Amino acid sequence: MITNFRLWPVSASSVAGQFNLLFVVLLILCTLVSVAIAIFLIYSVIRYHRKSENELGSQKRYNIPIEVAWTVIPFILFMAFYVWGANLYFHIERPPDNAISMYVVGKQWMWKIQHPEGQREINELHIPVGRPVKLTMTSEDVIHSFFVPAFRTKQDVLPGRYTMTWFEATKPGKYHLFCAQYCGTKHSGMIGWIYAMNPVDYQNWLTQGAPEGSLASNGEKYFHQFGCANCHHFNNQGRCPDLRNLYMRPVLLTTGQTVTADDSYIRRKLHDPDAQVPWGFSAGVMPNFTGIVSEEQILALISYIKALGPQPGTQEPSSSGAAPTQYGTQKGIGGPGATSNAGSQVEKR
Amino acid sequence: MAQAVAEAIQKNYLNEKQGLLSWLLTTDHKRIAILYTFSITGFFFLGGFFALMMRLELLSPTNWLVSSETYNKLFTMHGTIMVWFFLIPSIPNTLGNFLIPMMVGAKDLAFPKLNLASWYVFMLGGGVTVYALVRGGVDTGWTFYTPFSTSYSTTYVVAAAVGIFIAGFSTIMTSLNFIATIHRMRAPGLTWFRLPIFIWSMYANSVILVLNTPVLAITLVMVGVERIAKVGIFDPALGGDPVLFQHLFWFYSHPAVYTMVLPGMAVISEIVPAFSRKPMFGYKAVAFSSVAIAALSFLVWGHHMFVAGESVYVAMAFSFFSFCVAVPSAIKVFNWTATMYQGSVSWDTPMLYAIGFIGLFTIGGMTGLMLAVLGLDVHLHDTYFVIAHFHYIMVGGTVMAFLGGVHYWWPKISGKMYPEGLARISAAIVFIGFNLTFFPQYVLGYLGMPRRYAAYPEEFQMLHVLSTAGATILGVGYVLPLCYLIWAWYYGRGATPNPWRATGLEWKTPSPPPAHNFEVTPVVTAPRPYDYEAMKEELQLV
Amino acid sequence: MSKSATLACREQFRTPAQQRETASVGMWIFLANEVMMFGALFTAYTVYRASHPQAFDIGSADMNIMLGSINTALLLTSSLMLSFAEHSAQAGNRRLIALFLILTMIIGAVFLGLKFTEYYQHFQEHKAPGVWFNDSSPYANSIQMFFVFYFIMTGLHAVHMIIGIGILAGLLFRTIIGTMTAEYHTPILFGGLYWHFVDIVWIFLYAIFYLPGLHL
Repeated sequence: MITNFRLWPVSASSVAGQFNLLFVVLLILCTLVSVAIAIFLIYSVIRYHRKSENELGSQKRYNIPIEVAWTVIPFILFMAFYVWGANLYFHIERPPDNAISMYVVGKQWMWKIQHPEGQREINELHIPVGRPVKLTMTSEDVIHSFFVPAFRTKQDVLPGRYTMTWFEATKPGKYHLFCAQYCGTKHSGMIGWIYAMNPVDYQNWLTQGAPEGSLASNGEKYFHQFGCANCHHFNNQGRCPDLRNLYMRPVLLTTGQTVTADDSYIRRKLHDPDAQVPWGFSAGVMPNFTGIVSEEQILALISYIKALGPQPGTQEPSSSGAAPTQYGTQKGIGGPGATSNAGSQVEKR
Repeated sequence: MAQAVAEAIQKNYLNEKQGLLSWLLTTDHKRIAILYTFSITGFFFLGGFFALMMRLELLSPTNWLVSSETYNKLFTMHGTIMVWFFLIPSIPNTLGNFLIPMMVGAKDLAFPKLNLASWYVFMLGGGVTVYALVRGGVDTGWTFYTPFSTSYSTTYVVAAAVGIFIAGFSTIMTSLNFIATIHRMRAPGLTWFRLPIFIWSMYANSVILVLNTPVLAITLVMVGVERIAKVGIFDPALGGDPVLFQHLFWFYSHPAVYTMVLPGMAVISEIVPAFSRKPMFGYKAVAFSSVAIAALSFLVWGHHMFVAGESVYVAMAFSFFSFCVAVPSAIKVFNWTATMYQGSVSWDTPMLYAIGFIGLFTIGGMTGLMLAVLGLDVHLHDTYFVIAHFHYIMVGGTVMAFLGGVHYWWPKISGKMYPEGLARISAAIVFIGFNLTFFPQYVLGYLGMPRRYAAYPEEFQMLHVLSTAGATILGVGYVLPLCYLIWAWYYGRGATPNPWRATGLEWKTPSPPPAHNFEVTPVVTAPRPYDYEAMKEELQLV
Repeated sequence: MSKSATLACREQFRTPAQQRETASVGMWIFLANEVMMFGALFTAYTVYRASHPQAFDIGSADMNIMLGSINTALLLTSSLMLSFAEHSAQAGNRRLIALFLILTMIIGAVFLGLKFTEYYQHFQEHKAPGVWFNDSSPYANSIQMFFVFYFIMTGLHAVHMIIGIGILAGLLFRTIIGTMTAEYHTPILFGGLYWHFVDIVWIFLYAIFYLPGLHL
């Protein structure tokens, strides 16, 4: 009990240092204010202690300059911390472009993690030090939350949606992973470890596992297993769009809206195919895969579709107006009416 | 002394009519306040018992006293009972009911029968909730997050929801009564800016409750419908959005937490001037800050959802308003301390509780600021840091204010004095016990200990042991006033009409007051509130 | 002192005018409370409408616009009858008060009858949410969501109507026994306000559930 006791949490991510600074500065300021008020209270009670039963105090009622001062000064200080904190938050919520993607499925009461190379882990996550890692997460049942105190990150994991978090470990070590959103009986058992390893050790660890192949190759397997390949031909002759070069591209819908074909878009297609129909295609054609494809299989399919197309951040085609060759001559994606240089929307959260 | 005894034997609201029925069918706001006091005291100790069980369980990193299932029910029932059956009703329905008509110079509230009905509705709601408890309890957390509460929990969620729904009506009825009374039943000469701050704060509090409680009611109805009919309001598989529940729930619950602290601030705003023998410094600023807190409280609910999946821009808006709502609270703290400056300050028990409130509310408020900082909240959310924050406000704040208010107005309510020495010792025990219980929880929180964990990593144990030790001391600190106040009711020294020599219309009546408060409607001529200058002779002060 | 005069100025009030004003404040605060109650549902409905526009459109088109419109006309008429009752109360004409109150109640009852007929129709057509729902279109889940809100919101409204009829019955009783006079008829004014409010809520419900299906 006593030997393990710490007064300050481990700092093991690129963000932790920024967090620590903001926290400590605010803590010091708050302590000073609290102590000042405490001192003033004690001072008043002693210095102005009632001397006789019928003593009256001074009758001063207000002082406008002081009122204004102690309204405006705190507000300005608050705004400073607001801006500082918002800045840090923006940084925490925006994964860098070169982050390695990994996938998390939370369920009562365990964390299932998949590496793109194919390794699966339960309640453990091995990551390399010095590289940003982005986690795309969903839940199979209730709301959970992926919390790594040493990294100062936390993100709720929702059923029916993808949420994302990222971190870059700075020190090799073993760090607590907690579920931070109450999720039922074994909520306090839904814990694990993050293993940050230096890059050489991480490579060694990677080569040990994955008898089943990479995530994308599993995705290809499911693509055929569930019959997707029967409609989504790799030419423009199927009743369904060619999925090559789809990932993270703008898609024009029948409603006239343009959305980005990100992870959430693909997941939604499987659960609610008629919600967002690409221009030139009809509703009522794609079957609903709810209950047929599991969350983990969806993530594998997404990895496969990702592997079929351009990586995020690749240059957009020119605005010549001609159907760009990267899209193929297929309906829907980049089809009539769609602007060919539509900037990718910020990846939806 | 003899005069005090003679006055006590005079007809007053306590002895005027006798018998159980005269209490159960009373429309006298003072008797209804006493009825409520029994109820909320009972609920307080029930909720406190659950807390004690939790703290005992947390002495060990692994389950030793109760299973995880039971622990989950304990924290749910602790939260549910404390929030809806103690914190929200305590000060308004006991002290508010008793004092508001007297402070405005009226004979009763605007709608006395509605007042009585509200107590029965409250007891019915409490009864249904206790039924849920007895049948096995609820394990969703007091926050009822979906889809766990709608599709996964196998406990008595609907029963608990119905109990809370019913109790909500009691709150609405009382708040409506207060608003109408304060608007229309003030004595002649009692303009808005001559009202005690207690009235301003209770008014703002009532406005919040009248507007936010129905949202909770509807949200609970939707949870109940979903649970029974399985129609997918919050179920993603059927097109629903579990985060919508959070928005609806916190739209109610954030203003709700201000309805737990505003009444506490109301009490402190009476005690500090009275025990400093000084008018409230910056009266208008404090009055308007109550209204500002009420208005701004409706704009910050998303700060409970910074990591729940809301957009970054929405989060920024909520963080901004969360800082804004801290400003009026800070104004109050500064004005209270300024009121004591150059006053004639006494150390009586109510003042000890008030000083404790100011200090602990400040600490709780500062940690609230930390949570409002977006970048920090990502780490601190759903950890013990949040638990410590809100207990500093609700227990270090509201409960201390409640105890302070009970002691302050005890002579008026009971006609007796409480034992001052023992009361001061109890206040000290409460203060020490409180800090020992909850300060370690701040440390646990930023170290990363999550909320609602029955078992935890071993390195957190020492802090938990300190916290449990504090909780035992705190428990003793609460049991003491229960005992000596009951004793004082029967055997305390008789009280004069105005033992503290405070301003305020309630002190112009005998202790205890007659059934109709004032034989003749008072007319207020003192030009300012807390007018010690004008009342110097009457109060025999120099 | 007549019963009416005692009621006009109960013990806690100094003058009948004070009592009347206080009752007014009380009722308006209560209505603000009711606005928030229905408001929460309108908000949730709006959120889902925005995220499932096609399904909610289909749901709207499936509503019985005829019954809905008749009901709207009925409620507006009932509010008119109630206004006449309030007018008669100011004049102190007991018979007319009673007549108009009865008319209001009858129209309200007819409204409820038509509403429940509509509900029954929905059950027959497998549109009632839960175990009774059956729809094979791809939008089935979202259409069910539309009907969930329809039933909860119009159901809550119907509960308010039933309570309103009860309140009107109480007012009718007090009119008949003679405690409603030209000097004291506050309960009719403010009980009436409740009824008018419930009427206005219906207008909004009509607008969000029935009108979109017309594709105007």
